[in-house]
Amino acid sequence: MIDTMMAPTVTLAGLTVDVNEEGFFLQPEQWAETMVPELARAEGIADLTDRHWQVIRFMRRQFEEKGTGPTVRVLGKTSGVSIKELYQLFPKGPAKVAARIAGIPKPRGCI
Amino acid sequence: MTEHIVILGAGTGGTLVANRLRRLHTDEDVRITVVDQDGEHLYQPGLLFVPFGLAHGDKLVRPRQDQLHRGIELLQVAVERVDLADNRVVLADQRTLAYDVLVVATGATLVPGETDGLVGPGWMERVFTFYTLAGATALADALAHFDEGRLVVNVVDMPIKCPVAPLEFCFLADWFFQRRGVRDRIQITYVTPLDGAFTKPVASKMLGSLLKEKGVEVVTEFNTGTVDGAGGHLVGYDGRTVDFDLAVVVPLHGGADYVARSPSLGDELNFIPTNEHTLQSRVRPNVFVIGDAAGLPASKAGSVTHFEGEVVCDNVDRFLAGAELVDGYDGHANCFIETGFGKALLIDFNYDTEPLSGHFPYRIGLPLLEESRLNHLGKLMFEWVYWHLLLPGRDIPGVGSTMPRSGKRLVKTHQEVKA
Repeated sequence: MIDTMMAPTVTLAGLTVDVNEEGFFLQPEQWAETMVPELARAEGIADLTDRHWQVIRFMRRQFEEKGTGPTVRVLGKTSGVSIKELYQLFPKGPAKVAARIAGIPKPRGCI
Repeated sequence: MTEHIVILGAGTGGTLVANRLRRLHTDEDVRITVVDQDGEHLYQPGLLFVPFGLAHGDKLVRPRQDQLHRGIELLQVAVERVDLADNRVVLADQRTLAYDVLVVATGATLVPGETDGLVGPGWMERVFTFYTLAGATALADALAHFDEGRLVVNVVDMPIKCPVAPLEFCFLADWFFQRRGVRDRIQITYVTPLDGAFTKPVASKMLGSLLKEKGVEVVTEFNTGTVDGAGGHLVGYDGRTVDFDLAVVVPLHGGADYVARSPSLGDELNFIPTNEHTLQSRVRPNVFVIGDAAGLPASKAGSVTHFEGEVVCDNVDRFLAGAELVDGYDGHANCFIETGFGKALLIDFNYDTEPLSGHFPYRIGLPLLEESRLNHLGKLMFEWVYWHLLLPGRDIPGVGSTMPRSGKRLVKTHQEVKA
Protein backbone atom coordinates (compact mmCIF):
# COMPACT_ATOMS: atom_id res chain seq x y z
CA MET A 1 0.00 0.00 0.00
CA ILE A 2 1.20 3.52 -0.70
CA ASP A 3 0.88 6.17 1.94
CA THR A 4 1.57 9.23 -0.20
CA MET A 5 1.49 11.62 2.75
CA MET A 6 4.25 9.98 4.75
CA ALA A 7 6.54 7.85 2.71
CA PRO A 8 9.93 9.04 1.47
CA THR A 9 10.20 5.64 -0.19
CA VAL A 10 7.59 3.15 -1.33
CA THR A 11 7.79 -0.39 -2.62
CA LEU A 12 6.19 -1.01 -6.00
CA ALA A 13 6.30 -4.23 -8.00
CA GLY A 14 8.98 -5.41 -5.58
CA LEU A 15 11.22 -2.37 -6.11
CA THR A 16 11.95 0.53 -3.77
CA VAL A 17 11.38 4.01 -5.19
CA ASP A 18 11.84 7.53 -3.80
CA VAL A 19 8.84 9.83 -3.78
CA ASN A 20 8.18 13.25 -2.28
CA GLU A 21 5.49 14.07 0.30
CA GLU A 22 2.95 14.55 -2.52
CA GLY A 23 3.67 11.15 -4.03
CA PHE A 24 5.64 12.34 -7.06
CA PHE A 25 8.67 10.29 -8.10
CA LEU A 26 11.94 11.96 -7.20
CA GLN A 27 13.87 9.77 -9.62
CA PRO A 28 11.77 9.10 -12.72
CA GLU A 29 14.26 6.46 -13.91
CA GLN A 30 13.14 4.24 -11.01
CA TRP A 31 9.74 3.88 -12.70
CA ALA A 32 8.63 0.81 -14.69
CA GLU A 33 5.40 0.04 -16.49
CA THR A 34 4.87 -2.93 -14.15
CA MET A 35 4.27 -0.43 -11.33
CA VAL A 36 1.37 1.24 -13.12
CA PRO A 37 -1.55 -0.95 -11.93
CA GLU A 38 -0.50 -0.54 -8.30
CA LEU A 39 0.07 3.22 -8.68
CA ALA A 40 -3.33 3.59 -10.37
CA ARG A 41 -5.13 1.66 -7.59
CA ALA A 42 -3.59 4.02 -5.04
CA GLU A 43 -5.18 6.90 -6.97
CA GLY A 44 -8.56 5.16 -6.85
CA ILE A 45 -8.43 3.86 -10.42
CA ALA A 46 -9.36 0.19 -10.33
CA ASP A 47 -10.01 -0.29 -14.05
CA LEU A 48 -7.03 0.70 -16.14
CA THR A 49 -8.22 1.12 -19.73
CA ASP A 50 -6.31 1.64 -22.98
CA ARG A 51 -7.25 5.32 -22.72
CA HIS A 52 -5.52 5.56 -19.32
CA TRP A 53 -2.44 3.92 -20.80
CA GLN A 54 -2.48 6.32 -23.74
CA VAL A 55 -2.33 9.29 -21.36
CA ILE A 56 0.26 7.73 -19.06
CA ARG A 57 2.60 6.82 -21.93
CA PHE A 58 2.08 10.26 -23.46
CA MET A 59 3.01 11.95 -20.16
CA ARG A 60 6.11 9.82 -19.95
CA ARG A 61 7.20 10.66 -23.53
CA GLN A 62 6.59 14.38 -22.99
CA PHE A 63 8.68 14.31 -19.86
CA GLU A 64 11.50 12.52 -21.61
CA GLU A 65 11.44 15.05 -24.47
CA LYS A 66 10.88 18.25 -22.53
CA GLY A 67 11.97 17.61 -18.98
CA THR A 68 8.55 18.41 -17.55
CA GLY A 69 5.09 16.87 -17.74
CA PRO A 70 2.34 18.68 -19.67
CA THR A 71 -0.44 20.71 -18.05
CA VAL A 72 -4.08 19.66 -18.47
CA ARG A 73 -4.52 22.21 -21.22
CA VAL A 74 -1.53 20.94 -23.16
CA LEU A 75 -2.65 17.34 -22.59
CA GLY A 76 -6.05 18.24 -24.06
CA LYS A 77 -4.40 19.74 -27.14
CA THR A 78 -1.78 17.09 -27.79
CA SER A 79 -2.55 13.71 -26.18
CA GLY A 80 -5.49 12.81 -28.39
CA VAL A 81 -7.75 12.74 -25.32
CA SER A 82 -10.07 15.72 -24.69
CA ILE A 83 -9.95 17.60 -21.37
CA LYS A 84 -13.45 16.33 -20.56
CA GLU A 85 -12.41 12.72 -21.04
CA LEU A 86 -9.16 13.34 -19.15
CA TYR A 87 -11.24 14.30 -16.13
CA GLN A 88 -13.41 11.19 -16.57
CA LEU A 89 -10.26 9.05 -16.63
CA PHE A 90 -8.52 10.87 -13.78
CA PRO A 91 -11.29 12.60 -11.78
CA LYS A 92 -8.95 13.98 -9.13
CA GLY A 93 -7.03 16.07 -11.65
CA PRO A 94 -5.46 14.59 -14.78
CA ALA A 95 -2.10 16.39 -14.85
CA LYS A 96 -1.14 15.58 -11.27
CA VAL A 97 -2.62 12.11 -11.00
CA ALA A 98 -1.35 10.93 -14.39
CA ALA A 99 2.08 12.40 -13.55
CA ARG A 100 2.18 10.40 -10.32
CA ILE A 101 1.18 7.22 -12.13
CA ALA A 102 3.67 7.91 -14.94
CA GLY A 103 6.44 8.34 -12.34
CA ILE A 104 7.39 11.88 -13.32
CA PRO A 105 7.75 15.04 -11.20
CA LYS A 106 4.87 17.44 -10.60
CA PRO A 107 4.20 19.33 -13.87
CA ARG A 108 6.00 22.65 -13.79
CA GLY A 109 3.45 24.46 -15.97
CA CYS A 110 2.48 26.94 -13.31
CA ILE A 111 4.97 29.72 -12.77
CA MET B 1 28.02 44.60 -45.13
CA THR B 2 24.87 45.79 -43.42
CA GLU B 3 23.15 43.16 -41.28
CA HIS B 4 19.37 43.26 -41.02
CA ILE B 5 17.77 42.70 -37.61
CA VAL B 6 14.01 42.24 -37.75
CA ILE B 7 12.08 42.58 -34.50
CA LEU B 8 8.51 41.31 -34.38
CA GLY B 9 6.45 43.30 -31.89
CA ALA B 10 6.86 46.87 -30.62
CA GLY B 11 5.73 46.29 -27.04
CA THR B 12 7.97 46.38 -23.99
CA GLY B 13 10.53 43.85 -25.23
CA GLY B 14 10.62 44.79 -28.92
CA THR B 15 10.95 48.50 -28.15
CA LEU B 16 13.71 48.21 -25.59
CA VAL B 17 15.72 45.75 -27.66
CA ALA B 18 15.39 47.92 -30.78
CA ASN B 19 16.54 51.02 -28.90
CA ARG B 20 19.44 49.27 -27.19
CA LEU B 21 20.66 47.68 -30.44
CA ARG B 22 20.32 51.00 -32.27
CA ARG B 23 22.63 52.66 -29.74
CA LEU B 24 25.19 49.86 -30.04
CA HIS B 25 25.52 49.93 -33.83
CA THR B 26 25.89 52.44 -36.65
CA ASP B 27 23.30 52.56 -39.43
CA GLU B 28 25.94 51.19 -41.83
CA ASP B 29 26.54 48.09 -39.69
CA VAL B 30 23.00 47.22 -38.77
CA ARG B 31 19.59 48.00 -40.17
CA ILE B 32 16.73 47.57 -37.67
CA THR B 33 13.13 46.98 -38.69
CA VAL B 34 10.33 46.60 -36.16
CA VAL B 35 6.93 45.17 -37.12
CA ASP B 36 3.72 45.67 -35.17
CA GLN B 37 0.11 45.24 -36.19
CA ASP B 38 -1.02 48.46 -34.51
CA GLY B 39 0.37 51.85 -33.64
CA GLU B 40 -0.51 52.13 -29.96
CA HIS B 41 1.75 51.18 -27.07
CA LEU B 42 -0.28 50.35 -23.96
CA TYR B 43 1.24 50.63 -20.48
CA GLN B 44 -0.12 47.25 -19.37
CA PRO B 45 0.66 47.56 -15.62
CA GLY B 46 -1.86 50.42 -15.59
CA LEU B 47 -4.78 48.15 -16.52
CA LEU B 48 -5.13 46.91 -12.93
CA PHE B 49 -6.04 50.41 -11.74
CA VAL B 50 -8.62 51.24 -14.42
CA PRO B 51 -11.55 49.22 -12.93
CA PHE B 52 -11.21 51.16 -9.67
CA GLY B 53 -11.12 54.59 -11.29
CA LEU B 54 -7.46 54.99 -10.29
CA ALA B 55 -6.23 55.24 -13.88
CA HIS B 56 -7.80 56.23 -17.17
CA GLY B 57 -7.31 54.47 -20.47
CA ASP B 58 -6.35 57.50 -22.54
CA LYS B 59 -3.41 58.17 -20.21
CA LEU B 60 -2.04 54.64 -20.59
CA VAL B 61 -1.56 54.68 -24.35
CA ARG B 62 1.16 56.40 -26.39
CA PRO B 63 2.19 56.08 -30.06
CA ARG B 64 4.60 53.19 -30.64
CA GLN B 65 6.60 55.27 -33.11
CA ASP B 66 7.45 57.86 -30.44
CA GLN B 67 9.05 55.18 -28.21
CA LEU B 68 11.52 54.13 -30.93
CA HIS B 69 14.81 55.96 -31.52
CA ARG B 70 15.70 57.51 -34.85
CA GLY B 71 17.12 55.06 -37.33
CA ILE B 72 14.61 52.30 -36.50
CA GLU B 73 12.01 51.57 -39.13
CA LEU B 74 8.54 50.70 -37.80
CA LEU B 75 6.18 48.86 -40.13
CA GLN B 76 2.57 48.87 -39.05
CA VAL B 77 1.31 45.62 -40.50
CA ALA B 78 0.38 42.17 -39.18
CA VAL B 79 2.69 39.19 -39.62
CA GLU B 80 1.41 36.39 -41.82
CA ARG B 81 4.16 33.91 -40.94
CA VAL B 82 7.85 33.36 -40.42
CA ASP B 83 9.70 31.09 -42.86
CA LEU B 84 12.57 29.88 -40.73
CA ALA B 85 14.10 27.89 -43.57
CA ASP B 86 14.34 31.00 -45.80
CA ASN B 87 15.19 33.48 -43.02
CA ARG B 88 12.30 35.72 -43.93
CA VAL B 89 9.08 37.11 -42.52
CA VAL B 90 5.98 37.21 -44.71
CA LEU B 91 3.76 40.17 -43.84
CA ALA B 92 -0.03 40.29 -44.10
CA ASP B 93 0.23 42.57 -47.17
CA GLN B 94 2.40 39.88 -48.85
CA ARG B 95 5.61 41.91 -48.57
CA THR B 96 8.55 39.89 -47.24
CA LEU B 97 11.40 40.87 -44.95
CA ALA B 98 14.65 38.94 -45.18
CA TYR B 99 16.56 38.92 -41.91
CA ASP B 100 20.00 38.01 -40.60
CA VAL B 101 18.70 37.93 -37.04
CA LEU B 102 15.08 37.71 -35.94
CA VAL B 103 13.93 38.82 -32.48
CA VAL B 104 10.48 37.54 -31.54
CA ALA B 105 8.80 39.96 -29.14
CA THR B 106 5.12 39.49 -29.91
CA GLY B 107 4.12 38.68 -26.35
CA ALA B 108 1.13 36.68 -25.18
CA THR B 109 -2.39 36.87 -26.61
CA LEU B 110 -5.63 36.31 -24.74
CA VAL B 111 -7.70 33.40 -26.01
CA PRO B 112 -11.04 33.75 -24.18
CA GLY B 113 -12.72 31.75 -26.97
CA GLU B 114 -10.92 28.63 -25.77
CA THR B 115 -13.09 28.49 -22.61
CA ASP B 116 -16.67 27.32 -23.09
CA GLY B 117 -19.19 30.12 -22.68
CA LEU B 118 -16.70 32.79 -21.63
CA VAL B 119 -17.49 35.12 -24.55
CA GLY B 120 -21.14 33.96 -24.64
CA PRO B 121 -24.17 35.52 -22.92
CA GLY B 122 -23.18 37.92 -20.14
CA TRP B 123 -19.71 38.70 -21.55
CA MET B 124 -18.92 42.35 -20.85
CA GLU B 125 -22.20 42.57 -18.89
CA ARG B 126 -21.55 40.47 -15.80
CA VAL B 127 -18.44 38.63 -16.96
CA PHE B 128 -15.39 40.83 -17.55
CA THR B 129 -11.65 40.79 -17.85
CA PHE B 130 -9.32 43.61 -16.91
CA TYR B 131 -6.57 42.24 -19.16
CA THR B 132 -7.71 44.43 -22.08
CA LEU B 133 -8.27 48.18 -22.06
CA ALA B 134 -11.86 47.75 -23.31
CA GLY B 135 -12.54 45.15 -20.60
CA ALA B 136 -10.95 47.16 -17.80
CA THR B 137 -12.91 50.26 -18.83
CA ALA B 138 -16.24 48.41 -19.00
CA LEU B 139 -15.49 46.79 -15.65
CA ALA B 140 -14.95 50.22 -14.04
CA ASP B 141 -18.55 51.04 -14.86
CA ALA B 142 -19.85 47.70 -13.54
CA LEU B 143 -17.88 47.95 -10.26
CA ALA B 144 -19.09 51.49 -9.63
CA HIS B 145 -22.64 50.14 -9.59
CA PHE B 146 -22.01 46.82 -7.82
CA ASP B 147 -23.54 47.15 -4.33
CA GLU B 148 -24.19 43.60 -3.17
CA GLY B 149 -23.59 39.98 -4.11
CA ARG B 150 -20.66 37.76 -4.94
CA LEU B 151 -17.66 38.93 -6.92
CA VAL B 152 -15.63 36.04 -8.30
CA VAL B 153 -12.09 36.57 -9.58
CA ASN B 154 -11.03 33.56 -11.66
CA VAL B 155 -7.78 32.56 -13.32
CA VAL B 156 -8.69 29.91 -15.91
CA ASP B 157 -5.21 28.40 -16.23
CA MET B 158 -1.52 29.31 -16.20
CA PRO B 159 0.51 30.75 -17.77
CA ILE B 160 -0.87 34.28 -17.54
CA LYS B 161 0.72 37.70 -17.78
CA CYS B 162 1.66 39.13 -14.39
CA PRO B 163 0.53 36.20 -12.18
CA VAL B 164 0.13 38.53 -9.17
CA ALA B 165 -2.34 40.88 -10.92
CA PRO B 166 -5.49 38.84 -10.09
CA LEU B 167 -4.47 38.86 -6.40
CA GLU B 168 -3.88 42.59 -6.53
CA PHE B 169 -7.32 42.90 -8.06
CA CYS B 170 -8.83 41.15 -4.99
CA PHE B 171 -6.92 43.42 -2.59
CA LEU B 172 -7.97 46.57 -4.43
CA ALA B 173 -11.58 45.36 -4.68
CA ASP B 174 -11.65 44.94 -0.88
CA TRP B 175 -10.34 48.51 -0.48
CA PHE B 176 -12.70 49.88 -3.17
CA PHE B 177 -15.86 48.35 -1.65
CA GLN B 178 -14.87 49.45 1.86
CA ARG B 179 -14.39 53.00 0.62
CA ARG B 180 -17.83 52.84 -0.99
CA GLY B 181 -19.31 51.52 2.25
CA VAL B 182 -20.68 48.31 0.70
CA ARG B 183 -17.96 45.80 1.63
CA ASP B 184 -20.19 43.99 4.20
CA ARG B 185 -22.74 43.19 1.50
CA ILE B 186 -20.20 41.85 -0.98
CA GLN B 187 -18.40 38.50 -0.94
CA ILE B 188 -15.10 38.30 -2.79
CA THR B 189 -13.97 34.85 -3.93
CA TYR B 190 -10.67 34.04 -5.63
CA VAL B 191 -10.82 30.91 -7.80
CA THR B 192 -7.48 29.52 -8.96
CA PRO B 193 -6.18 26.39 -10.71
CA LEU B 194 -3.16 26.43 -8.37
CA ASP B 195 -3.06 24.67 -5.00
CA GLY B 196 -2.46 27.98 -3.20
CA ALA B 197 -2.60 31.75 -3.69
CA PHE B 198 0.62 31.84 -5.74
CA THR B 199 3.17 29.56 -7.36
CA LYS B 200 6.16 30.11 -5.07
CA PRO B 201 5.82 28.65 -1.51
CA VAL B 202 6.99 31.54 0.72
CA ALA B 203 5.11 34.20 -1.27
CA SER B 204 2.08 31.90 -1.56
CA LYS B 205 1.84 31.62 2.23
CA MET B 206 2.24 35.37 2.71
CA LEU B 207 -0.31 36.22 0.00
CA GLY B 208 -2.68 33.51 1.24
CA SER B 209 -2.80 35.00 4.72
CA LEU B 210 -3.24 38.47 3.27
CA LEU B 211 -6.29 37.27 1.32
CA LYS B 212 -7.67 35.75 4.51
CA GLU B 213 -7.03 38.97 6.44
CA LYS B 214 -8.98 40.89 3.83
CA GLY B 215 -11.87 38.44 3.94
CA VAL B 216 -11.30 37.00 0.47
CA GLU B 217 -12.43 33.38 0.16
CA VAL B 218 -10.06 31.18 -1.88
CA VAL B 219 -11.07 28.18 -4.00
CA THR B 220 -8.01 26.21 -5.13
CA GLU B 221 -7.30 23.57 -7.78
CA PHE B 222 -10.33 24.68 -9.76
CA ASN B 223 -10.01 24.09 -13.51
CA THR B 224 -12.69 26.18 -15.16
CA GLY B 225 -14.44 24.23 -17.93
CA THR B 226 -17.41 26.50 -18.58
CA VAL B 227 -18.36 30.06 -17.71
CA ASP B 228 -22.14 30.34 -17.61
CA GLY B 229 -22.70 34.07 -17.77
CA ALA B 230 -26.49 33.82 -18.02
CA GLY B 231 -26.84 31.46 -15.05
CA GLY B 232 -24.03 33.11 -13.10
CA HIS B 233 -21.69 30.23 -12.35
CA LEU B 234 -18.32 28.79 -13.15
CA VAL B 235 -18.33 25.05 -13.79
CA GLY B 236 -15.12 23.13 -13.15
CA TYR B 237 -14.04 20.12 -15.22
CA ASP B 238 -14.35 18.09 -12.04
CA GLY B 239 -18.02 19.09 -11.67
CA ARG B 240 -17.63 21.67 -8.89
CA THR B 241 -19.47 24.98 -9.40
CA VAL B 242 -18.88 28.51 -8.08
CA ASP B 243 -21.78 30.97 -8.23
CA PHE B 244 -21.24 34.64 -9.03
CA ASP B 245 -23.12 37.87 -9.51
CA LEU B 246 -20.12 39.49 -11.14
CA ALA B 247 -17.17 37.57 -12.56
CA VAL B 248 -13.73 38.90 -13.39
CA VAL B 249 -11.97 36.25 -15.46
CA VAL B 250 -8.37 36.11 -16.60
CA PRO B 251 -8.71 34.17 -19.88
CA LEU B 252 -6.30 31.55 -21.20
CA HIS B 253 -3.17 32.92 -22.85
CA GLY B 254 -1.27 31.76 -25.90
CA GLY B 255 1.47 33.09 -28.16
CA ALA B 256 0.65 35.27 -31.19
CA ASP B 257 -1.53 33.76 -33.95
CA TYR B 258 1.11 33.94 -36.69
CA VAL B 259 3.27 31.54 -34.65
CA ALA B 260 0.77 28.77 -35.40
CA ARG B 261 1.07 29.56 -39.13
CA SER B 262 4.89 29.46 -39.02
CA PRO B 263 6.27 25.93 -39.49
CA SER B 264 8.34 24.71 -36.50
CA LEU B 265 8.40 28.10 -34.74
CA GLY B 266 6.21 27.54 -31.67
CA ASP B 267 5.03 24.93 -29.17
CA GLU B 268 1.45 23.72 -28.71
CA LEU B 269 0.48 27.03 -27.04
CA ASN B 270 2.31 29.11 -29.70
CA PHE B 271 5.12 30.12 -27.37
CA ILE B 272 8.67 29.86 -28.74
CA PRO B 273 10.95 27.19 -27.21
CA THR B 274 13.86 29.24 -25.86
CA ASN B 275 17.12 28.62 -24.01
CA GLU B 276 16.44 29.91 -20.52
CA HIS B 277 19.87 31.49 -20.02
CA THR B 278 20.97 32.71 -23.49
CA LEU B 279 17.44 33.59 -24.74
CA GLN B 280 18.37 32.14 -28.12
CA SER B 281 15.45 30.19 -29.53
CA ARG B 282 15.74 26.42 -29.71
CA VAL B 283 14.30 26.47 -33.23
CA ARG B 284 17.07 28.37 -35.08
CA PRO B 285 20.38 29.92 -33.95
CA ASN B 286 19.59 33.28 -35.57
CA VAL B 287 16.24 33.62 -33.80
CA PHE B 288 16.14 35.18 -30.32
CA VAL B 289 13.13 35.64 -28.06
CA ILE B 290 12.27 38.24 -25.44
CA GLY B 291 9.35 38.62 -23.04
CA ASP B 292 6.03 36.81 -22.91
CA ALA B 293 6.52 35.20 -26.35
CA ALA B 294 9.15 32.87 -24.89
CA GLY B 295 8.27 29.43 -23.54
CA LEU B 296 10.40 29.77 -20.41
CA PRO B 297 9.88 28.71 -16.79
CA ALA B 298 9.75 32.42 -15.85
CA SER B 299 6.82 34.71 -15.11
CA LYS B 300 5.25 36.52 -18.03
CA ALA B 301 5.92 40.00 -16.73
CA GLY B 302 7.39 43.32 -17.77
CA SER B 303 10.20 43.08 -15.23
CA VAL B 304 11.30 39.75 -16.72
CA THR B 305 11.27 41.31 -20.20
CA HIS B 306 13.29 44.24 -18.92
CA PHE B 307 15.92 42.05 -17.28
CA GLU B 308 16.11 39.86 -20.40
CA GLY B 309 16.77 42.87 -22.64
CA GLU B 310 20.44 43.28 -21.84
CA VAL B 311 21.12 39.57 -22.39
CA VAL B 312 19.21 39.41 -25.68
CA CYS B 313 21.12 42.42 -27.08
CA ASP B 314 24.45 41.09 -25.87
CA ASN B 315 23.80 37.70 -27.45
CA VAL B 316 22.50 39.14 -30.73
CA ASP B 317 25.80 41.05 -30.96
CA ARG B 318 27.79 37.96 -30.12
CA PHE B 319 25.90 35.94 -32.70
CA LEU B 320 26.59 38.55 -35.40
CA ALA B 321 30.26 38.57 -34.42
CA GLY B 322 30.45 34.76 -34.44
CA ALA B 323 31.31 34.72 -30.74
CA GLU B 324 30.05 32.32 -28.07
CA LEU B 325 26.78 33.34 -26.38
CA VAL B 326 26.62 34.16 -22.67
CA ASP B 327 24.38 32.38 -20.16
CA GLY B 328 23.41 35.77 -18.86
CA TYR B 329 19.79 35.51 -17.80
CA ASP B 330 19.02 34.02 -14.36
CA GLY B 331 15.22 34.21 -14.40
CA HIS B 332 15.19 37.46 -12.43
CA ALA B 333 11.66 38.84 -11.82
CA ASN B 334 10.58 41.72 -9.64
CA CYS B 335 6.97 42.63 -8.90
CA PHE B 336 5.26 45.28 -6.87
CA ILE B 337 2.04 43.82 -5.47
CA GLU B 338 -0.58 46.45 -4.76
CA THR B 339 -2.42 45.50 -1.55
CA GLY B 340 -4.87 48.41 -1.22
CA PHE B 341 -5.06 51.36 1.18
CA GLY B 342 -1.99 52.97 -0.40
CA LYS B 343 0.32 50.07 0.35
CA ALA B 344 2.18 47.50 -1.69
CA LEU B 345 4.43 44.48 -1.32
CA LEU B 346 7.57 43.85 -3.34
CA ILE B 347 8.83 40.44 -4.41
CA ASP B 348 12.11 39.67 -6.17
CA PHE B 349 13.17 36.21 -7.37
CA ASN B 350 14.84 34.15 -10.10
CA TYR B 351 14.87 30.60 -11.50
CA ASP B 352 16.57 29.19 -8.40
CA THR B 353 15.64 31.53 -5.55
CA GLU B 354 12.03 31.98 -4.55
CA PRO B 355 10.75 35.35 -3.27
CA LEU B 356 12.29 35.99 0.15
CA SER B 357 12.06 38.69 2.78
CA GLY B 358 14.69 41.39 3.24
CA HIS B 359 15.32 44.58 1.28
CA PHE B 360 15.75 45.47 -2.41
CA PRO B 361 18.16 46.03 -4.03
CA TYR B 362 20.51 46.34 -1.03
CA ARG B 363 20.25 46.08 2.77
CA ILE B 364 18.93 49.63 2.67
CA GLY B 365 16.12 49.71 0.17
CA LEU B 366 12.52 48.76 -0.39
CA PRO B 367 11.17 46.15 2.04
CA LEU B 368 10.58 42.73 0.45
CA LEU B 369 7.51 40.58 1.16
CA GLU B 370 6.17 43.22 3.51
CA GLU B 371 3.37 45.76 3.05
CA SER B 372 4.59 49.35 2.94
CA ARG B 373 3.67 52.80 1.60
CA LEU B 374 7.14 53.06 0.09
CA ASN B 375 6.44 50.10 -2.19
CA HIS B 376 3.16 51.67 -3.29
CA LEU B 377 5.05 54.84 -4.24
CA GLY B 378 7.58 52.65 -6.03
CA LYS B 379 4.79 51.13 -8.08
CA LEU B 380 3.40 54.56 -9.00
CA MET B 381 6.85 55.86 -9.88
CA PHE B 382 7.43 52.87 -12.11
CA GLU B 383 5.15 54.33 -14.78
CA TRP B 384 7.60 57.19 -15.29
CA VAL B 385 10.52 54.78 -15.23
CA TYR B 386 8.79 52.63 -17.86
CA TRP B 387 8.40 55.38 -20.47
CA HIS B 388 11.65 57.24 -19.75
CA LEU B 389 14.23 54.60 -18.82
CA LEU B 390 12.95 51.11 -19.55
CA LEU B 391 11.61 51.53 -23.12
CA PRO B 392 14.56 53.68 -24.26
CA GLY B 393 16.71 50.74 -23.13
CA ARG B 394 18.60 52.61 -20.43
CA ASP B 395 19.76 51.00 -17.21
CA ILE B 396 17.76 51.73 -14.08
CA PRO B 397 20.19 52.97 -11.39
CA GLY B 398 20.86 50.24 -8.83
CA VAL B 399 18.84 47.60 -10.68
CA GLY B 400 20.89 45.13 -12.73
CA SER B 401 19.59 42.30 -14.85
CA THR B 402 20.57 39.53 -12.42
CA MET B 403 18.90 39.09 -9.05
CA PRO B 404 20.61 41.00 -6.20
CA ARG B 405 21.32 38.88 -3.10
CA SER B 406 22.85 41.34 -0.66
CA GLY B 407 19.64 42.57 0.97
CA LYS B 408 17.91 39.20 1.19
CA ARG B 409 17.52 36.86 4.11
CA LEU B 410 19.02 33.86 2.36
CA VAL B 411 19.12 30.74 4.52
CA LYS B 412 21.90 29.28 2.39
CA THR B 413 24.11 32.35 2.66
CA HIS B 414 23.91 32.02 6.40
CA GLN B 415 25.29 28.50 6.31
CA GLU B 416 27.94 29.49 3.80
CA VAL B 417 29.10 32.25 6.16
CA LYS B 418 29.37 29.77 9.05
CA ALA B 419 31.30 27.29 6.98
